[in-house]
Amino acid sequence: MNDDRPEQGIKLTEQQSRARRNRSIAIALALGAFVVVIFLVTMVKLGGNVLTRPM
Amino acid sequence: MSVTLARVEPSIAEAGDYIELMKPRVMSLVVFTALVGLMLAPVHVHPVIGLTALLCIAVGAGAAGALNMWYDADIDARMTRTAGRPIPRGHVTPGEAAGFGMTLAVFSVVTLGLLVNLFAAALLAFTILFYVVIYTIWLKRSTPQNIVIGGAAGALPPMIGWAAATGGVAIEPAVLFLIIFFWTPPHFWALSLYRTEDYARAGIPMLPVVAGHRETRRQILLYTLILAPLGAAPWLLGYAGMVYGIAALVIGAVMVVLALRVRAERQGHVASKQLFAFSILYLFLLFAMLLIDRMS
Repeated sequence: MNDDRPEQGIKLTEQQSRARRNRSIAIALALGAFVVVIFLVTMVKLGGNVLTRPM
Repeated sequence: MSVTLARVEPSIAEAGDYIELMKPRVMSLVVFTALVGLMLAPVHVHPVIGLTALLCIAVGAGAAGALNMWYDADIDARMTRTAGRPIPRGHVTPGEAAGFGMTLAVFSVVTLGLLVNLFAAALLAFTILFYVVIYTIWLKRSTPQNIVIGGAAGALPPMIGWAAATGGVAIEPAVLFLIIFFWTPPHFWALSLYRTEDYARAGIPMLPVVAGHRETRRQILLYTLILAPLGAAPWLLGYAGMVYGIAALVIGAVMVVLALRVRAERQGHVASKQLFAFSILYLFLLFAMLLIDRMS
C-alpha cells in the first residue's frame, strides 16, 4: 500500500460550507430547545417540593 | 424536470429550506386550532405542559408537511405553484426530506406521549399517518374527493389539543373537527378553480379537472351552505356565548355570499380568489372568537 499519496478529500465550496454551518447551528439550537423542554416538564411533573424530600 | 434521489455532492440546503419543507403557514394554522381545542377543554393544564403539547403538535404537522413534499416531489416540480419548493429547487433531495420528516414524526409523537398523554400522542400519530398515507399517497392522485376525505387530517388538531388537556375526546372538539372538515372543500376548490391548468399538468384529479368548473362551483356553494350554520354550533350547543354565535353567523353569511358569487361567475376568477382569501380569514376569525369567548 502506497502511503505517500496525498490525501484526497471532498473540498466544500464556500456556499456548501456556509450551508453546513447553518444546518449545524439549527440542529444545535433544536437539540438545546428539546433538552430545555424535557427539563421544564420534569420540574413541573415532579412538583415544587422535590428538593425538600426526606432522604 | 427530473428529481435527483441521491446526492453526489455536499448539500447547499440551509435551515430555512428545512423549515420550508414543514409548510410553516399550515403549521401555524394547525397550532392555532389546536390551541383553541386545548383552551376549550374544561380542565386546567399547566402552561408548560400546554406549550409542550402545542410544540409537539406543531412539529408533527411539520413532519407531515415534509413527508408530503417528499412524496409529491415529482408533481411539485410540474406545478407553477409548487415548483419553487426546496426539493424541485434542488436544495433538498427527496431522501433527505423523507428522513427529516420521519425523524420529526417519531420524535413529536413519542415526546407528546411521554410528556403529555398517550391518547393525544396516538391521535397525533393517526393524523400524520392519515395525511401522508391516506391523503398524499393514496387519495390525492386517485380521486376528486381527495381533499374532502383528506381534509380530515387538517380538522383533527383541535381534537388533539383537547385530548392533550383531557386525555379523551368530546362533542365540543368534534364540532370543531366538523367545522374545519366542511371548510376544507370550498377553501381548496376555490384555489383549484384558478389553478386548474396547474393541477391538470401534474395529473392531479382535482374536481375542476375531472368534473369541470360548473360542478365545482355548485359543490363549493353546497359545502358553504353547510359550513355557515355549523360555525355557530358551539353557541347552539351551549359552550360559546351569544356574541360568538352571532359573529359566526355574520361571517358565515359573508362566506355564503362569496360562494354565490363564485357560483354565478362565468369568466375570470375574481370571485374564486376572493373566496379563497376570505376562507382563510373566516377560519382564523371563527377560532379567534372562540378563544376570546373562552377566555372572557
